Amino acid sequence: MEYKTTLTTCTYCGCGCNFYLETLDGKLTNTIPCKTSPVNEGKLCIKGWNVHQFVQNDRRLKKPLLRKGGELVEVEWEEALAYTADRLKAVTAEKGGDAVGFLASAKVTNEENYLLQKFARAAIGTNNVDHCARL
Amino acid sequence: MTNGVAELENTDTIFIIGSNTATAHPLVATRIFRALEKGAKLVVADPRKNQIAEFADLYLQHKPGSDVTLLNGMMKVILDQGLQDQAFIDANTEEFDGFKALIDGVDLDACAAATGLTVDGIEQAAALYAKAGTASIVYCMGITQHTNGVDNVKSLANLSMVTGNIGRESTGVNPLRGQNNVQGACDMGGLPNVLTGYQPVTLGAASKKFADAWGVDELPTQIGLTIPEMLSGIEEEKVHALWVMGENPVVSDPDADHVVKALEKVDLLIVQDIFLTPTARLADVVLPGCSFAEKDGTFVNTERRITRVRKAVEPVGESKADWEIIRDVSNAFGFEMAYDSPEEIFTEIAELTPSYGGVSYGRLEGDGIQWPCPTPEHPGTPFLHKDGRFTRGKGLFHAIEYKGPAEVVDAEYPLWMTTGRVYAHYHTGTMTRNSVALDREIPEGFLEIHPEDAAAIGVCDGHRVRLASRRGEIETRVSITERVEKGVVFMPFHFEEANVNKLTNPSFDPIAKIPELKVCAVAVEKI
Repeated sequence: MEYKTTLTTCTYCGCGCNFYLETLDGKLTNTIPCKTSPVNEGKLCIKGWNVHQFVQNDRRLKKPLLRKGGELVEVEWEEALAYTADRLKAVTAEKGGDAVGFLASAKVTNEENYLLQKFARAAIGTNNVDHCARL
Repeated sequence: MTNGVAELENTDTIFIIGSNTATAHPLVATRIFRALEKGAKLVVADPRKNQIAEFADLYLQHKPGSDVTLLNGMMKVILDQGLQDQAFIDANTEEFDGFKALIDGVDLDACAAATGLTVDGIEQAAALYAKAGTASIVYCMGITQHTNGVDNVKSLANLSMVTGNIGRESTGVNPLRGQNNVQGACDMGGLPNVLTGYQPVTLGAASKKFADAWGVDELPTQIGLTIPEMLSGIEEEKVHALWVMGENPVVSDPDADHVVKALEKVDLLIVQDIFLTPTARLADVVLPGCSFAEKDGTFVNTERRITRVRKAVEPVGESKADWEIIRDVSNAFGFEMAYDSPEEIFTEIAELTPSYGGVSYGRLEGDGIQWPCPTPEHPGTPFLHKDGRFTRGKGLFHAIEYKGPAEVVDAEYPLWMTTGRVYAHYHTGTMTRNSVALDREIPEGFLEIHPEDAAAIGVCDGHRVRLASRRGEIETRVSITERVEKGVVFMPFHFEEANVNKLTNPSFDPIAKIPELKVCAVAVEKI
């Protein structure tokens, strides 16, 4: 059996608590608060204590979905990526970059937000980038 | 936050307004409870008597949307009684005279009437805040989600400057950021007007620096659209494609029926998420991203602290890290991105962003770093505006007149409604409602209503009601409580099957474009 703990930062509110995620053979089993964290000093709220529970939930999306005949159906990545890129190319060619909008996210990492706005500004050519900071 | 979370522990007076701190930011509340143990005074102003209000030395239950009146009233008391820090004002601020002229004209009896408070209550709040050696303001979306949200924030800035409670340890104006990485998303240029580190898209030098680094001839220099503007842009056939990454506007945005119509109309809807959310169900293509536990990266917390996110498990199914998805789409689109790891991306961010200039993954082991951190030797910045040195030079006073909410109660919609969070759930519930323990804790939405209002419509605790506003209607059950005043109801917004955002008002602040989620008029009837 392979047991491991991984120090990371909570994905819920803006407190930014640190904890260890416990894994056993690749399954998340528990959350242990980090005592040396300058933010939470070994404490967590009810959401933090249970943060490992949603990650490997059965309802998670496991493959890309594409709308075909009105229904969302599972497809391979190659098809989903080609569809996304081709449709974006068509919209920008026909209507210009400002016909595309991007919603970045308060949930994903800095690196991911950076890449999305880079793609919007450098590849599509629009500043139509926003996220739920106001919500 | 201008100041760090831990500094709250050593504050003499903490003034919380429009923040349900114990529920929404429990580990910030911990520091406030510690401050109380050390003898701090706590003033809480909120239309709903939330949990932390139970611990307040002074609780002010002001009417929804009357924040500016309350704050101007407090500042009237401060100036009348000479409690201001004139030395700080003279040395570090501008436009005080115009501000003072407005405040001199404030009538405290009128403030009391407009807020539903007593003059004595406003005077006590002013004295507790202004007479403290160190006073911290803590606020959240109860201040900002109004059509006059910017005025509310500027009023808090006025209050901190007039008493010199800014630029020192354990003081400051401290907005609590509601989402783990909303600070980071803003820092990274996830906004229509700025690139990373708040470098304006309209500034030629910044635009050229990024264009050179990204290998393109030029970048767009016109400010882009905010979310509400994108949605109306779809209706006006100006916006034809929308890429939504890790957001659920169908549940989170005001006037949900209207949001759904826009998302159904847009020619191309790309949704990147970890669950099939109500927003993803409307998509043309859904790209399965993965959660924080399945990838590396960084988040920034409410006190500007950058910390590491580390991969604990492999992605579920064939889901991919969101940075890999963007990279792959970009490459398929024909704009080359060659990143192999989040650390490579972070290095690029640090090179282009002065406030992140000295940060690297190596330095983030341990406590993380609070930006600004311009050089590798810089220790980071626990609190901003040290010694009254503001980002713009001098602190600017604004004379703020009270403007009421966009929608007011009337005979047809006689109750004020406000919205918020509950302790076991988070935002649109995508994660918490898929957690066994949290779903069991609070499985459904509810409407908090005062006993007299409940009696008037003839319902008991747990009865179901129909709730309507000018924009839509929903059904839910009632929870009878004196936490809300007579005439005011409260509902959490986590529950898509009783989506309170079908009712909320999309009118927004003219500057910040933030919708007035905290005030609308509703009618309630028994089913």
